[in-house]
Amino acid sequence: MSEPLIVMQDVCKRFGPKVVLRGMNLSVEPGESLVVIGGSGTGKSVALKCILGLMTPEKGRVLVGGVEVGKLRGSAMARHRARFGMLFQGGALFDSLSVWRNVSFALTRGDIGRSSRLRAEAIDNLARVGLGAEVADLKPAELSGGMQKRVALARAIAARPEIMFFDEPTTGLDPIMADVINNLIVELVRDLGVTAVTITHDLASARKIADRVAMLYNGRIIWEGPKDRLYMSGNPYVDQFVAGRAEGPIQMAVRRGDVFRNDDGEPAPA
Amino acid sequence: MTPLLRLLIALGTVVIGAFAEIGRVARFAVAALARALAPPFYPRRLAAQLIAVGYFSLPVIGMTALFTGAAIAQQIFVGGSRFNAAATVPAVTVIALVRELGPVMGGLIMAGRVASAMAAELGTMRVTEQIDALTTLRTDPVRYLIVPRLVASTLVMPVLVLITNIIGVAGGWALAVTRLGFNSAEYLSTTRHYLKSDDIVSSMVKAAVFGFIIALMGCYHGFHSKGGAEGVGRATTDAVVSAFVLILASNLIITVLVFGTK
Repeated sequence: MSEPLIVMQDVCKRFGPKVVLRGMNLSVEPGESLVVIGGSGTGKSVALKCILGLMTPEKGRVLVGGVEVGKLRGSAMARHRARFGMLFQGGALFDSLSVWRNVSFALTRGDIGRSSRLRAEAIDNLARVGLGAEVADLKPAELSGGMQKRVALARAIAARPEIMFFDEPTTGLDPIMADVINNLIVELVRDLGVTAVTITHDLASARKIADRVAMLYNGRIIWEGPKDRLYMSGNPYVDQFVAGRAEGPIQMAVRRGDVFRNDDGEPAPA
Repeated sequence: MTPLLRLLIALGTVVIGAFAEIGRVARFAVAALARALAPPFYPRRLAAQLIAVGYFSLPVIGMTALFTGAAIAQQIFVGGSRFNAAATVPAVTVIALVRELGPVMGGLIMAGRVASAMAAELGTMRVTEQIDALTTLRTDPVRYLIVPRLVASTLVMPVLVLITNIIGVAGGWALAVTRLGFNSAEYLSTTRHYLKSDDIVSSMVKAAVFGFIIALMGCYHGFHSKGGAEGVGRATTDAVVSAFVLILASNLIITVLVFGTK
């Protein structure tokens, strides 16, 4: 078995009194597609940002390719981030730039001149996500939510990253558009040969995208296994989550006193 | 715990918080200035900011200067008439405008127009993860977003204040000649006579400092905003209020340094 490409060891992250990650352990093999499921506010996005080096854990280590992310600075951190492409939950397209300039951004680091070659490359990447050249000169605000997600996907793959992160790729989309995005992710991961980590609470998405699924609850990975085992995990937390039941070991954050608390009686993460 | 101790703790918390905030702003400014001196540079971003901050501010700056210059001339004429000093209108108008009103008024108007716009734009980029996206796309957000705004605002404010001064004096001249019975040539000659190089230099220095403060406050509060639409609104308000206070405080310091011993 090959060495894991991404390793999280006992990672803890808090925001003031809010403890979001409390000793998260996770490893991702090269070339696999891992989906991390979990309810809203369980720290899924924070985990991705710790791997990218956008956030620094208070405790624990994040290793990518054997290199500890927390020790990287300057150009080493820039090289680390260059290995990743990320699809943000809301797309995070740059409002002031046209679609093709958004897609070209990773190649030019924002210093975009009038290059017909860059525009042609951007249109090629748009074609990969099923968008035509007619959208190239539009602004993101002129596109539907599904089209924005696809443009964001084209931008994320433009620099041909080694690792792709997908943060809630289907949130806010209708079921058909969500399936279109799922299919695109599967095709891109397969065709480009990347390692993919997707975080979602959309189980249809998880089943379609994943080789392996891990469940994050209360700041820790409480179960992981192949996607075929998701519905027969034997874990009561996973069973409750995939069945979508209100009753079970996972208690929704309820108001006790004047702060929201989770089932451990601690302030619930936002 | 005694009430006095509680009061001291509350005061200490406020003071420590204020110093911590000053430290964070200073660190942010130093980080931006260090990046302004080393490549990569973004000349197109700088040009866009020069146009946004400078060119598009000209109408509001020009109109405000014209009306204020004329109102100053009228007030000095009325006030000066009480002790037979109505003839001082050209001298007092130009000194008041160039030394104080031009830079301060221009600075406050630009704080309202530019610091708020910067804070709102950067704040929206922060809460919609566009700033995180920049980082993942191998682009330093401070270099890409903050440096062009700081440089543009610092460079363009002296030009805007120079224009404010000229239009303000022109407003005073127009009112004095058309309504107060002044001779046009004499008015302009007196204006030139009383205007000294120190006045112009201090006006330009103030303008550059105010331009830096305006962009720094707009960028700092916008860049660090959090908490969705409410957070962006709070960042915008904080940017404008802090820019106002810092402009007025730094104006006093520069005025005392330049004119305090004369």
